Amino acid sequence: MNPAPDDQTRRATAASEIEEPSSAQTPERAPPASQLRLLGWARKNLFGSLPNTILTLLAFWLLWEILPPLVRWGLVDAVFSPAGGAASCREATGACWALMGEKNRLMLFGVYPYDQHWRPALATALVIGLLATSAVRSLWGRWLIWAWAVCLAVVGILMWGGVLGLAYVETAQWGGLPLTLGLAILGIVLAFPLSILLALGRRSDLPAIRALSVGYIELVRGVPLVSVLFMASVMFPLFLPEGVSIDKLLRALVGITLFTAAYLAEAVRGGLQAIPRGQEEAADALGLTYWQKMRMVVLPQALRLVIPPIVNQFISCFKDTSLVTIVGLYDLLAATKAALADPDWRPFFVEGYIAAALVYWSFCFFMSRYSQWLERELAKGSRR
Amino acid sequence: MSDSPVVELIDVQKWYGAFHVLKDVSLSVAKGEKVVVCGPSGSGKSTMIRCINRLEEHQGGRIVVNGVELADDLKAIELIRRDVGMVFQSFNLFPHLTVLENLTLAPLWVKRVPKREAEAIAMQYLERVRIPEQAHKYPGQLSGGQQQRVAIARALCLKPSIMLFDEPTSALDPEMVKEVLDVMIELAGEGMTMICVTHEMGFARAVADKMVFMAEGRVVEVATPAQFFTNPKSERTRQFQGQIIGH
Ligand SMILES: Nc1ncnc2c1ncn2[C@@H]1O[C@H](COP(=O)(O)OP(=O)(O)OP(=O)(O)O)[C@@H](O)[C@H]1O
Ligand SMILES: [Mg+2]
Repeated sequence: MNPAPDDQTRRATAASEIEEPSSAQTPERAPPASQLRLLGWARKNLFGSLPNTILTLLAFWLLWEILPPLVRWGLVDAVFSPAGGAASCREATGACWALMGEKNRLMLFGVYPYDQHWRPALATALVIGLLATSAVRSLWGRWLIWAWAVCLAVVGILMWGGVLGLAYVETAQWGGLPLTLGLAILGIVLAFPLSILLALGRRSDLPAIRALSVGYIELVRGVPLVSVLFMASVMFPLFLPEGVSIDKLLRALVGITLFTAAYLAEAVRGGLQAIPRGQEEAADALGLTYWQKMRMVVLPQALRLVIPPIVNQFISCFKDTSLVTIVGLYDLLAATKAALADPDWRPFFVEGYIAAALVYWSFCFFMSRYSQWLERELAKGSRR
Repeated sequence: MSDSPVVELIDVQKWYGAFHVLKDVSLSVAKGEKVVVCGPSGSGKSTMIRCINRLEEHQGGRIVVNGVELADDLKAIELIRRDVGMVFQSFNLFPHLTVLENLTLAPLWVKRVPKREAEAIAMQYLERVRIPEQAHKYPGQLSGGQQQRVAIARALCLKPSIMLFDEPTSALDPEMVKEVLDVMIELAGEGMTMICVTHEMGFARAVADKMVFMAEGRVVEVATPAQFFTNPKSERTRQFQGQIIGH
């Protein structure tokens, strides 16, 4: 410990700013350009060493074996036009994309009344449009909350009907993509705040709250979603008084929410634990209340750290909605399966499932890419 | 300087598990007084100073701040924390907020000051710690000395009447120590009540009204700087001084 010389500290002088090293002294130089771009790259990355070369050749051989037949099946020999019906597909050796022309509405909207399909279609388009809008950072703001509230109301009216001259459609008839999207989005949106409460509860100083959170999380994490859904749809009604029934869709939603929240809570807790104690102490010392401290100091940092596991859970939740089929709901996958029940088209189930898989994949891929972007975007300012 | 103490610790006791960290700690600080606390590592200096704004809970004795006794009353604790600023060894700035946002957070939410006004106050304190040009940067983009000055400004933004410093310069590179001490000396000159844990003896000589020496959880000696440096009463103090000056 160096005691500072007396007179030095007494002389309270102007601040001694740390000067940035000026970049003028060392002129900036461009990185060395590689002359043969492609060749240089290939030599370095593909044939850099013997194992590398072997792997590269192996990969090329596999591609050679797989790609051409795949292209032939999927594109060259495939039937695209639904005009010839299932018969033209049976004659062709390639894929039967005509199936999609014929069955797309059944696959997308399930058992929703056929002549009313424009309603779920419009609702889905609205939700996807608003999702895309919400993803743009420059559009973030309080208005989005209102936009979502309005959107939810409009979607509700479109799906249920019963007002404005729209025929009433009960939830048992909902199906396909709108059902999948609805369950996933609502499940995630409801589970997220719940998971934050659970994670905070698990770290609470109050033993009762801590025990409750830990008990809940461990209980739910210990059972598969299928059984949670079964409980929600078969067991739960047994506890209700006679005559009271809760919508099957709602029960499934509650099941998914409760299940997802338990997993999310663990991801959030990981973030909370990574925040140094000093952050909370500084917030305490400033007189912030517990909730202010959490909302403005701890959670913004903690959640940013755990975007990848959180989005992982979102993706899981999205795909897990396909399990609601076991309680008799027609989500996208179940609707696809139902559409393929037609004996004429049954041989082309592979194409049907590929299409459904593509829909799932595109949503999940979007979430995954978006989370990567979000992580970079949010890290921009506070980079060390 | 009025005589009624603004901070008073009376026979404060604290344990970490079975470990007795604070033993009969008594201390009284008058308005405007500057108290420098020193002592060997692990002697309980941080623990003592952190009890004053209830970052740590004491288990025996009494702590009275501005006439309010620290007890389990959450409202009282929040009021006291508003009026007691604290500066930490490791700055503890909020890395996800800009310097200006760090400074306005508490005024906006704790005191409900309008945004414009909070920002004006923040800029005023940034001027005082001589880094107004850094207002829109993030803490991670500043040097250690600049960060600590922001931390001091952040504490000042609530217009506290008492400031606590827990080794504010010991995480800094030597060349940055001075810029922080300069700010603290200036603050002392304005009549702020200050309790500083520090081993900067030059600073202590310059501003302290009272030196407190702690060892093994006890206050071993309380003296004026003149007495403390030239003629300490206890053998333990002499030993300690020999160590830190001997370096
Ligand atoms: N949370 C804790 N749990 C258990 N023991 C602790 C805790 N915090 C501090 N201690 C112990 O209490 C004693 C006093 O710690 P304190 O931080 O107050 O010392 P200090 O005088 O500030 O030392 P330093 O100069 O190293 O900062 C030390 O022996 C330390 O190990
Ligand atoms: Mg300490």
